[in-house]
Amino acid sequence: MLQTALQEIETAAELKKIISENENVMVCCGRMGPMCIPVYEAMEELEEDREDVKFFTMAFDSPEANIIREDPSCLGFMGLPFTMYYKKGEVAHATSSIQSMEKIKAVLNDKFGK
Amino acid sequence: MDEVFDVMILGAGAAGLTAGIYTSRAKFSTLILNEGPIGGQMVLTNEVANYPGVEKTTGYAMAGIMKKQAKEFGCKIKSNVKITEYDLGEKVKSVTLEDGRVFKAWSVILAPGGKSRTLNIPGEDKFRGSGISYCATCDGEFFTGKEIVVVGGGNSALEEAVALTKYVTKVTVVHQFDHFQAFEHAVREAQSNPKIEFIMESTLTEFTGNESLERVTIKNIPTEETYQYPAQGTFIFIGYSPNTSAFKGIVEMNEREEIITNSEMQTNLPGVFAAGDSIVKRYRQITTAVADGTIAALTAAEYVAKTKKEELVLN
Ligand SMILES: Cc1cc2nc3c(=O)[nH]c(=O)nc-3n(C[C@H](O)[C@H](O)[C@H](O)COP(=O)(O)OP(=O)(O)OC[C@H]3O[C@@H](n4cnc5c(N)ncnc54)[C@H](O)[C@@H]3O)c2cc1C
Repeated sequence: MLQTALQEIETAAELKKIISENENVMVCCGRMGPMCIPVYEAMEELEEDREDVKFFTMAFDSPEANIIREDPSCLGFMGLPFTMYYKKGEVAHATSSIQSMEKIKAVLNDKFGK
Repeated sequence: MDEVFDVMILGAGAAGLTAGIYTSRAKFSTLILNEGPIGGQMVLTNEVANYPGVEKTTGYAMAGIMKKQAKEFGCKIKSNVKITEYDLGEKVKSVTLEDGRVFKAWSVILAPGGKSRTLNIPGEDKFRGSGISYCATCDGEFFTGKEIVVVGGGNSALEEAVALTKYVTKVTVVHQFDHFQAFEHAVREAQSNPKIEFIMESTLTEFTGNESLERVTIKNIPTEETYQYPAQGTFIFIGYSPNTSAFKGIVEMNEREEIITNSEMQTNLPGVFAAGDSIVKRYRQITTAVADGTIAALTAAEYVAKTKKEELVLN
């Protein structure tokens, strides 16, 4: 269980359902560690501004998170968290390791529009 | 006239949040502007076990409670902002954000803290997350069976090098001096570990590879000779530096760019105070940041009360 103010996805089936029902979804798959927490923090703040995007977390150590860990876009990733951006059910972008608010905003604007 | 806050605090780490709790509880209108995520370095701490009165918690939880306390007393907090201009020399101080918004206050508390140093060399940005890491506990397992480099020669570098041997086949510690700046026991433990090798008086100048990191370029400092060295991973632990570059030429600092204050946390500028890891001091802990924040808040409150009274008399 991740202790953040964001909604946590617990199963792969739940993730599939969410991305099929929502056009723009950002999921941060990590732990409660120093590289992940700043990303959750940024997402918590963005959740207030970006109503067009659904923000979620997923626990990296859950076997259910294999759906993200083994996604082809995460091949070669060597840093937590793995952050996924889904557009209309497909992976639009993925990043590895800590990301600044500026970088996250840039991806959201680029992939989901301003 | 625009709203003029009694106290504006720059930085929402342990020092800034504490100052915000004190000033807002004392009914001074308070605004905290923070450039990063709220909590600062506290949120980078997996476990805080040395904060008196709190048996064990995560830095994230502690930061969350401090933020809630400050907000409940009426403190306004804006995080992830980018400040582009500081005007701290006048009686009413102001800062301008990237988006053009201007915030004013009778007093300012600088609490920008510090951050991990990065090498700032070619390839560092590109391979962050695909070979370069700053956190062994977070990312160690991704390097299982690989050969890696650890940069640094302090306690963190040597302790993390030893911890990483749990996963990797070989660690090469690259350090700029011919001696370590770590405790004797940490040096001994690293030196006696058969998986660890050392390259002294050397520094990294470039990271190269394709999709992920494959090589680093090492420069021998005395001879200036450079060569390529295979590395599927690099962990960087080269210490912390204060986040004070924005205040250069505004407030007095020492040669390490730490803000100079007196024991009441006053800087050389009237009405400008500083607290936490960014000031000149020996020990940088949550407890010391909290203590500085308390003192800065109380001194700022006194200053604001006096200044506003003087203004009333003048007007
Ligand atoms: C990995 C790690 C583990 C630690 N473990 C412990 C521990 O177990 N116990 C302990 O007591 N201490 C620990 N520490 C030290 C402790 O976290 C720090 O000493 C303390 O949190 C410093 O607080 P601060 O408010 O001075 O600065 P910071 O926490 O650095 O906060 C400063 C904030 O200001 C922001 N900022 C920077 N520049 C500006 C600007 N110009 N304008 C506005 N905002 C700005 C930053 O983004 C940041 O959010 C640890 C530190 C680290 C890195």
